Amino acid sequence: MTMVEEPATTAPAREVGQSRKRKEDARLITGKTTWTDNMVLPGMLHLAVVRSPVAHAKIANVDVSAAQQAPGVIAVFTGRDFAEEQGSIPCAWPVTPDMVNPGHPSIAVEEVNHVGEAVAVIAARSKAAAMDAVELVDVDYDQLPVVLDMEAAVAEEADLCHDHVESNESFAFVFDAGEAGTGVDTEQVFADAEVVVSRRFVQQRLIPAFMEPRAVVVQPQGDNYTMWSSTQVPHILRLMLAMVTGTPEHKLRVIAPDVGGGFGGKLQVTPEEVISLLVAKRLGKPVKWAETRSESLMSAHHGRDQIQYIDIAADREGNVKGLRCRILSDMGAYLRLVSPGIPILGAFMYVGIYKFPAYRFECRGVFTNKTPTDAYRGAGRPEATFAIERIMDELAVELDMDPLELRRKNWIGAEEFPFTTAAGLEYDSGDYEGATQQALQLLGYDELREEQRRRRESNDPVQLGIGFSTFTEMCGLAPSRVLGSLSYGAGGWEHASIRMLPTGKVEVVTGSSAHGQGHETAWSQLVADELGVPFEDVEVLHGDTSISPRGLDTYGSRSLVVGGAAVVNAAAKVVAKARKVAAHLLEASEDDLEFANGSFAVRGTPGATKSIQEIALATFAAHDFPEGVEPSIDADATFDPVNFSFPHGTHVCAMEVDTETGRVEIRKYACVDDVGTIVNPLIVEGQVHGGLAQGIAQALYEEAVYDADGNLTTGTFVDYLVPSAADLPHFETGHTVHPAPGNPIGAKGIGEAGCIASTPAVVNAALDAVRHLGVSDIRMPLTPERVWRAIHQGGDGGDRATAGTNAYGGAQTETTAGVATDASALGGDR
Amino acid sequence: MTQINVRVDGVSYSDDVEPRTLLVHHLREQLGKVGTVVGCDTSNCGACTVHLDGVAVKSCTVLAVQADGSEVTTIEGLAQNGTLHPMQKAFHDSHGLQCGFCTPGMIMASIDLLTENPSPSETEIREGIEGNLCRCTGYQNIVRAVQQAAAEMSGTQDRTVGNGHVSLAVVDTAAAPHVAGAQS
Amino acid sequence: MIPAPFAYVRPTTIDEALQAVADGGEDVKIMAGGQSLIPVMRLRLAAPETVVDLGRVTELRGVRDDGDAIVIGAMTTHHDVLVDPLVAQHAPLIAEATETVADRQVRARGTFGGALAHADPAGDLPAVALALDAEFVVAGPGGARRTVPAADFFVDYLTTALGEGELLVEVRIPKLAGQWGMHYEKFTRVAQAWPIVAVAAVVRRENGAIAEARIGLTNMGPTPLRASAAEAALAGAAATPDGIAAAARSAAEGTSPSSDLNAQADYRQHLAQVLTRRAVTAAAGL
Ligand SMILES: Cc1cc2nc3c(=O)[nH]c(=O)nc-3n(C[C@H](O)[C@H](O)[C@H](O)COP(=O)(O)OP(=O)(O)OC[C@H]3O[C@@H](n4cnc5c(N)ncnc54)[C@H](O)[C@@H]3O)c2cc1C
Ligand code: FES
Ligand code: FES
Repeated sequence: MTMVEEPATTAPAREVGQSRKRKEDARLITGKTTWTDNMVLPGMLHLAVVRSPVAHAKIANVDVSAAQQAPGVIAVFTGRDFAEEQGSIPCAWPVTPDMVNPGHPSIAVEEVNHVGEAVAVIAARSKAAAMDAVELVDVDYDQLPVVLDMEAAVAEEADLCHDHVESNESFAFVFDAGEAGTGVDTEQVFADAEVVVSRRFVQQRLIPAFMEPRAVVVQPQGDNYTMWSSTQVPHILRLMLAMVTGTPEHKLRVIAPDVGGGFGGKLQVTPEEVISLLVAKRLGKPVKWAETRSESLMSAHHGRDQIQYIDIAADREGNVKGLRCRILSDMGAYLRLVSPGIPILGAFMYVGIYKFPAYRFECRGVFTNKTPTDAYRGAGRPEATFAIERIMDELAVELDMDPLELRRKNWIGAEEFPFTTAAGLEYDSGDYEGATQQALQLLGYDELREEQRRRRESNDPVQLGIGFSTFTEMCGLAPSRVLGSLSYGAGGWEHASIRMLPTGKVEVVTGSSAHGQGHETAWSQLVADELGVPFEDVEVLHGDTSISPRGLDTYGSRSLVVGGAAVVNAAAKVVAKARKVAAHLLEASEDDLEFANGSFAVRGTPGATKSIQEIALATFAAHDFPEGVEPSIDADATFDPVNFSFPHGTHVCAMEVDTETGRVEIRKYACVDDVGTIVNPLIVEGQVHGGLAQGIAQALYEEAVYDADGNLTTGTFVDYLVPSAADLPHFETGHTVHPAPGNPIGAKGIGEAGCIASTPAVVNAALDAVRHLGVSDIRMPLTPERVWRAIHQGGDGGDRATAGTNAYGGAQTETTAGVATDASALGGDR
Repeated sequence: MTQINVRVDGVSYSDDVEPRTLLVHHLREQLGKVGTVVGCDTSNCGACTVHLDGVAVKSCTVLAVQADGSEVTTIEGLAQNGTLHPMQKAFHDSHGLQCGFCTPGMIMASIDLLTENPSPSETEIREGIEGNLCRCTGYQNIVRAVQQAAAEMSGTQDRTVGNGHVSLAVVDTAAAPHVAGAQS
Repeated sequence: MIPAPFAYVRPTTIDEALQAVADGGEDVKIMAGGQSLIPVMRLRLAAPETVVDLGRVTELRGVRDDGDAIVIGAMTTHHDVLVDPLVAQHAPLIAEATETVADRQVRARGTFGGALAHADPAGDLPAVALALDAEFVVAGPGGARRTVPAADFFVDYLTTALGEGELLVEVRIPKLAGQWGMHYEKFTRVAQAWPIVAVAAVVRRENGAIAEARIGLTNMGPTPLRASAAEAALAGAAATPDGIAAAARSAAEGTSPSSDLNAQADYRQHLAQVLTRRAVTAAAGL
């Protein structure tokens, strides 16, 4: 169907709330965009990174002579070559004053601490020549004991992951509501409790697996360097590169062209970015590094990987009394940009939507000889949501209560907002009951419950279960004040500028850097409404530190609620400035002017109007300007929110479980989210779908698995299972709207909600299907084997065998996964 | 080096290539057809999908020498005379893309599916694009896009132009009809 | 990744191909659809000196009727097998299994012969060939032909009876006389994937009983296997759910499956039983 645009003569409808199709699509559906790996510069050299095939070893010797002589190779560098200038990959979030940071060289100098760590880099005239030479670098490793299991790593006399630190613990962070004055004494509550339920949940290690592999191009020009990188955070990257390598900040320009997804995985300052800059500096030539997928899976940071020990206290009537969480969080081998902060972002969300009088959270950050972990969609909040939504189901079982009834009894009522939780956060707005009612309808709850009963009675081999997740999350990172109190290294503001061009067109510069979220469209809608200019007349610029010098980029569902708010505020300033000019031109008092639909009109004087676009031209000419006013109506704004925003919603999953094989299949999925004011329903719906897919994938498909030697055996897309269209259900989605009071748009973030909410709904549904068979937990991902074992052998399904599957004769090789051992080499133990 | 002649998006090219050069690298690096991208090294993701003599293939799993004498269509060759292919338009209309990295391959695979099965069911669409991974969209809007394109291409839907390409030189950004406006 | 360098030969006849293989040096690889070989070369698990591409050997392509058998050329693509009327008529099991192989792009190039010569224990087609008692026609140096029964073709993990200098020309699928039913039951975690375990069942019914059953197992050991114990138990068994279920319990006898990310050996053996029951039930038309 072809849509015809509204004729311009009628008063324009408000843009906010319209399902505008996206501006950015034009270049993406035609193959006419710029991915970093598309860049070609004259004289450009190609880099290939030589990576460690062992998880923990001293580097005895690196022999690069053969590689240096290989055809097309210009130079080969090892860690020693850059030891003086490479510094350490920065960690911007020391979550405790005594946090241990072992330091993270971009290229290993003396020791390697995980498979895939860089040990040398080759610069060659072609990509093929660089890759060919990788095999010629000969490294001698003196192997050291490998630390992989977190519980073992924190036990007495554990082997050490780094031998220059005293233990495998990086930090121990505690939040205690009693001590903080936001709740009562947790220990007392547990001592007095009628019912206590305790569980150990495992948040498996995940890989963000953005579809565009990472790539970096660096161009040296004199003492200036321009870096193109497929990053979520060009501004943070520029600052950190300056600090790490000593390159003056004003000599660095970072550009994030179109970026093919990030999901937190490109919220990083990577070793490869530092290496590329150092090589470009050293050789004075443009360089490009573009990773392969197997390189990406093993060396780009991973996510989640926590063990959660959760205790919940309640009375027999089902009133929750206290929550105690002890978390082990796997940092991997090193601390990257915000590794330690990830579990802490969840620290305040374990209480979920419930009115707990008491709450205590303890988290230990643990080193292991694995790829470092860091942000992955939701970052800390999916872990918290999973824990609380799972334990609520367990408590319901213990109390023999309906899981929804238990939730209802304890959640915050719609009339109780704003509500301060035991974790000390002030939830802004919402109606949990309303969202739940709508979700039940979307699912067709009563019918499915009936079918479940029938299947149970007839002992059907395929059982049905229904699972809930009534969640909230905190997003819109973040009030700078709060980040400061949590020792985060930066603020949480966002910046915007609006430039009024002489022809009346508008340039909006935003500091948040999009990679699929549709900023160009949504920001245009915001500005069109604020300035009363046509949507088409707005151009949104982002992702280049020269064009958009101030910004804190895109993550934590912050773009609209912080960055969009900055845009709205900048627009208000433009209008205020234009008002002065309009008053002058219309020879009226400012107070008599009314601004609507893009024009200033003099109240009571029909026909006396000036459009803001006319004023833009008048400002350009500046021939007739008010005395003492500078000839510009452009404006900047920086928005620092006073609070987070708290989207919420109810997700319901109906799941079929084949009890004979353990195979699970989502029968139906319905969710109702409240994300405050919706600027663009089309984009919001897309964000929900994408988040659901990733949350469901955590529940059912994805896991980064290491074998006993520390090889990543899910090292390709053959074994790291990103679901396809055929593996996911149709989603029924709905919305309620309770505007966020904390920003001028009223929006709450939507980027992570689907991912945060869905995982526990799916697992709860599977458990609900087989609970009557004696199953009380199944570890994620719910592989058919685990489900089958849980049903037929008890327990949570246990560990998976670690050998890669035998596709391609076992795609695990020295190049993809590290050392070929009996368990990993051939594909399958045989 | 082996000499090959390949017609890509309507233009004939004659080049010397190393036998080990993958078709996708030939397209991207030698011919500058960077609209087609690479997302994996195990032939799983489908990001590199092009049409080789009219049939969708993963161009990372074809050697450039194998394409000698063949006709290749990439995402860049779909729009004709400035008008989008109905599949491109449908992806835009249905918000079937977010970051857009999987999109070229997704569109090429979807067109191939409709060539064989002009009116697929939802399940057939989902299975028809099982060789293409998307990390952003959760696929639902991609399925919707393929349904729209199927309707459009088989002429069952009201359209201003005949089968094939719809006349829309630039993408329009009018509100999508299928998503309700925000309730308050 | 990019494959290591190699020399490339593109013959147009079987004789030229055999010659090219003979001349190709120590480490020569035949390439059919390349859908297994190219990924393996990209990962540099294989780095052949010479690649002999059969893509232009047209005589290796297509399906023909040969009286008591249908003959599928080694270079017939998965896609062409899927739409072939002879296959649909005489060996629907092959089409059913082929439909589950990979995805449409891979099926457009991957070949029937390549999938069999690759002998991946997780490949879908070897067990099917085994269950259908297929015969493999092999050409050797100088053009000599020999025929290898399916039972002898799959020798070990990724290893077939194909000797040095030999290539697979075509596969004969004997036509079945009588009232036969077939079904391929594949178990995966995600759609576009090799099976964790799969069962190919070919069943002849006579007077309400199962007269004969041939059962091929995928991924239950280093080679595809026949579930001989279950076949024996099924011969003469009542064509009822209980009769089939009882016989299927012996489906995993004599298997030695591997343990990997998707399944440990004991679970694979369990799956073999369940899937055999389901496959035979469907094949028997119940
Ligand atoms: C993403 C993906 C998913 C897949 N999923 C599945 C699946 O679910 N099930 C499944 O069964 N397969 C699957 N495959 C494999 C696919 O079926 C391959 O096409 C097939 O296994 C190999 O066929 P080919 O023609 O591509 O052979 P090639 O890759 O060209 O060759 C494979 C091997 O056979 C040898 N060979 C080929 N032809 C001959 C011949 N005529 N004579 C002698 N030797 C020969 C080659 O030397 C090579 O060693 C998948 C592949 C991919 C890329
Ligand atoms: S790049 Fe070709 S399938 Fe992934
Ligand atoms: S739109 Fe980003 S991967 Fe599909």
